[in-house]
Amino acid sequence: MRQKEKYIVVTFHSTTEAMAMEKNCKQQKVPGRLIPVPESIAAGCGMCWCTKIEDKETLDQFLKETSLSVQSIRECLI
Amino acid sequence: MIYMDNAATSMKKPKEVIDAVVSAMQSFGNAGRGVTEASLDAARMIYDTREKLADFFHAEDPTRIAFTMNSTESLNMAIKGLFGEKDHVITTVLEHNSVLRPLYECQKEGVELSILGCDERGNISYKEMEAMIRENTKAIVCTHGSNVTGNLLDLNRIGTLAKKHGILFVVDASQTAGFFPIDVQKMKIDVLCFTGHKSLLGPQGTGGIYVKEGIYIKPLLSGGSGIDSFNKQHPKQMPGSLEAGTLNGHGISGLKAAISYLEKTGIEAIKEKELQLMWRFYEGIYQIPEIKVYGDFTTSYRCPIVSFNIANLDSSRVSDELSFKYEIATRAGAHCAPLLHEAMGTKSQGAVRFSFSHYNTEAEVDEAIRAIEEIVEGYRE
Repeated sequence: MRQKEKYIVVTFHSTTEAMAMEKNCKQQKVPGRLIPVPESIAAGCGMCWCTKIEDKETLDQFLKETSLSVQSIRECLI
Repeated sequence: MIYMDNAATSMKKPKEVIDAVVSAMQSFGNAGRGVTEASLDAARMIYDTREKLADFFHAEDPTRIAFTMNSTESLNMAIKGLFGEKDHVITTVLEHNSVLRPLYECQKEGVELSILGCDERGNISYKEMEAMIRENTKAIVCTHGSNVTGNLLDLNRIGTLAKKHGILFVVDASQTAGFFPIDVQKMKIDVLCFTGHKSLLGPQGTGGIYVKEGIYIKPLLSGGSGIDSFNKQHPKQMPGSLEAGTLNGHGISGLKAAISYLEKTGIEAIKEKELQLMWRFYEGIYQIPEIKVYGDFTTSYRCPIVSFNIANLDSSRVSDELSFKYEIATRAGAHCAPLLHEAMGTKSQGAVRFSFSHYNTEAEVDEAIRAIEEIVEGYRE
């Protein structure tokens, strides 16, 4: 297993929200990918968006400008 | 075979629809269940289709569209999930049993039902519809287009009426989704029920429901949702609230390709071609003295359907003759619309229904006219 690293994790209420996030991030070249929600996080949807800590600024900017609905945003060791 | 039963299902599908289903069946996992590439591929396609349908019907956003297996499922969800004891609901005699039977079941549970009649051309009176609204009226539930006569209802007018009185507007778009442009926001539709396998040109087993933001439909089904697994209740959030269990990802993939085909071809162009074929057929038969055509042919604001009878001949016999001798597929009988047939006086005779696709040709229409002329000749002898 790889070593745990710190990531920004975005959770969602539903799969539809998660898919909208992935599609929009891809379109706007926001780095990251969908992963299963880690056990340390309680989330509605079983998948979450995870972005490396060094891309935090790009993600924050994207989330500030988007109208997409998300459940929570946090840093997490994955 | 000449297929002219497109109001039942559009038999000929665009090649890209078939290819999309085959491809999906070779690669898709279960959408929303896990985060493997196979599962994500299915989930991405389903999201894209949701987005396409939201654009197609001008919904506020993709979360307002839930997938179902057909209009019947959507209508059952809407009718059984919205109305309760002492609610009053208005519907029309034009309706299919997929509207009427759920409403009759609700009636047994204490829902009050008023059914608006029609005139000799199969048209309803909007004034009479408004006059039926009372204090406890919860909704108007009606079809956009009759599957028997092809008459269209003015959704703008009914939507405005419903909003004026603060009641819900639930639409059965089985015959029109994909044929006639539908804008749920402009038409003030609260719930739109549609099927994928008719004018949307998708596979059977696909369909959906649009639910306006702020309206909660109590789900018919509960079960796996892919989210919130430790909650004893099924999630209340759209679209998952109305999508218990694994979706028909393979079929939905075909539906997505079908919508792309409609966008590329243009539904206005398809509508024009289908109506042109309908008029050619109508003009070819309506003056035959033994023929009685049902519905309103004073306008082109209609679906490409022509239902008729030849004198007092059983419609099933005529349809069978068309099928067996001429290899022309039509639909006879009651078309699951009992109240309209009662209103037209065709309860026992039924009617022969021709319904056209843009894939039909003028030559096929002319062959159908010749077949009917021969059947009439045979009747005269």
